[in-house]
Amino acid sequence: MQLIECPYCGPREEVEFHYGGQAHIAYPETPSELSDEEWARYVFFRDNTKGEFAERWSHSGGCRRWFNAVRDTRTYAFHSTYRIGEKP
Amino acid sequence: MTHETPPGAHLPEHADFLWRNPEPKRTYDVVIVGGGGHGLATAHYLARNHGITNVAVLEKGWLAGGNMARNTTLIRSNYLWDESAAIYEHALKLWEGLEEDLGYPILFSQRGVLNLAHTEQDVRDSVRRVEANKLNGIDAEWLTPDEVAKICPIVNISDDIRYPVQGATYQPRAGIAKHDWVAWGFARRADEAGVDLIQDCEVTGFITDGDTVTGVRTSRGDIGCGTVALCSAGHTSTLLDMLGVRAPLQSHPLQALVSELLEPVHPTIVMSNAVHVYVSQAHKGELVMGAGVDSYNGYGQRGAFHVIERQMAAAVELFPVFARAHLLRTWGGIVDVTPDASPVVGHTPYRNLFVNSGWGTGGFKATPGIGWCLADTVANGRPHEYVAPFALDRFVSGALVDEHGAAAVAH
Repeated sequence: MQLIECPYCGPREEVEFHYGGQAHIAYPETPSELSDEEWARYVFFRDNTKGEFAERWSHSGGCRRWFNAVRDTRTYAFHSTYRIGEKP
Repeated sequence: MTHETPPGAHLPEHADFLWRNPEPKRTYDVVIVGGGGHGLATAHYLARNHGITNVAVLEKGWLAGGNMARNTTLIRSNYLWDESAAIYEHALKLWEGLEEDLGYPILFSQRGVLNLAHTEQDVRDSVRRVEANKLNGIDAEWLTPDEVAKICPIVNISDDIRYPVQGATYQPRAGIAKHDWVAWGFARRADEAGVDLIQDCEVTGFITDGDTVTGVRTSRGDIGCGTVALCSAGHTSTLLDMLGVRAPLQSHPLQALVSELLEPVHPTIVMSNAVHVYVSQAHKGELVMGAGVDSYNGYGQRGAFHVIERQMAAAVELFPVFARAHLLRTWGGIVDVTPDASPVVGHTPYRNLFVNSGWGTGGFKATPGIGWCLADTVANGRPHEYVAPFALDRFVSGALVDEHGAAAVAH
């Protein structure tokens, strides 16, 4: 178990957090114009990076807010955590 | 004073010779990337069923040292949907004759599997699955808690635990096998047929010409190929990234653990999706237990301690005798999971590149079945009927095979 730095609450134990997958996936700007292929890409396809990966976490056992993190998927170490809308 | 024969005393001796260790040739008709169970089984059936032997299996580490060495070896075919039932039952039938086919002991033991139900919804889902299995010709029964206790007396069926056992599905033909022996049996047979098993050979890139892969770049030089089959489990998307091909795969650590050697106490396999435990007792006497997948993506072949802790708490409540067992070790494999908990098998945008991935937590039990079907797919250049439903394009068409309910691990 490791400590994760919630940008709002500070370091808390991993069990307080919920994983939300890849970060910075924008909702389509013109959804009515998307083909089935483009919808599939938006809904189902995500990066599966081996290395540093930007992803979403929720401090579900604490402040309940979502934030972003850059984590290394080889070592699981968090390099940074940052609020939604901020840069890593 | 006489002693009973200790557990494991009857394990067979290894063969004196298993396989050659050849230098890679410059070209092969078929290059299989990944020397785990699926890759080795594919090589075996390419040779056995199709007479294709100019084949290389490229393994970046040592043969069967990835997920094949790290799994809990459960074999069953009690899946809900017709598509899954077909491929897993095909595999189970092959398991039933595999020792003769390979001429090698694999200690396949058909001791049955109980899938416990703990809630009313579990009961409804389970009964539905039993009926679906019967319609597909798969052996399945619904058991009451008392019937569960007759088959596996150490299961706690009292109603004062947090999630009481309300019954179970039972597949008598389910079983376990000795995973290393399985891999070595396939490897030995493939080698005998002339397949080159090349270890310590990492694929670092691909050589392409339009929509054709003409070769693979490896840590042991470039190797030309007629057809490529990717059987690299958790690392499939790492390879596909090199080709600019995207697949809806996410790699997660899945942990398992094993106890010290114990006298035989656990005669079957018990699984519970709801409290998340699955246990069998290995031939030598270890209790082999599977924990969950860690929620986050990872390639580290280990996971978080709290996942093990949660699994142990559930196991001890369900099997009170486990409180006296010592945990010997834990380990992790990297499973590639998909949005519908079903594999991705078949064509890619490259006409001679086939993918076999996304088996999540279900890969081991499928080993002979997918080897058979992928070999057929590669040999004939079109999907075998059992893998056709698992094509990559189902995520565009929407024809998903939503198998979350019957997968071993919620993922």
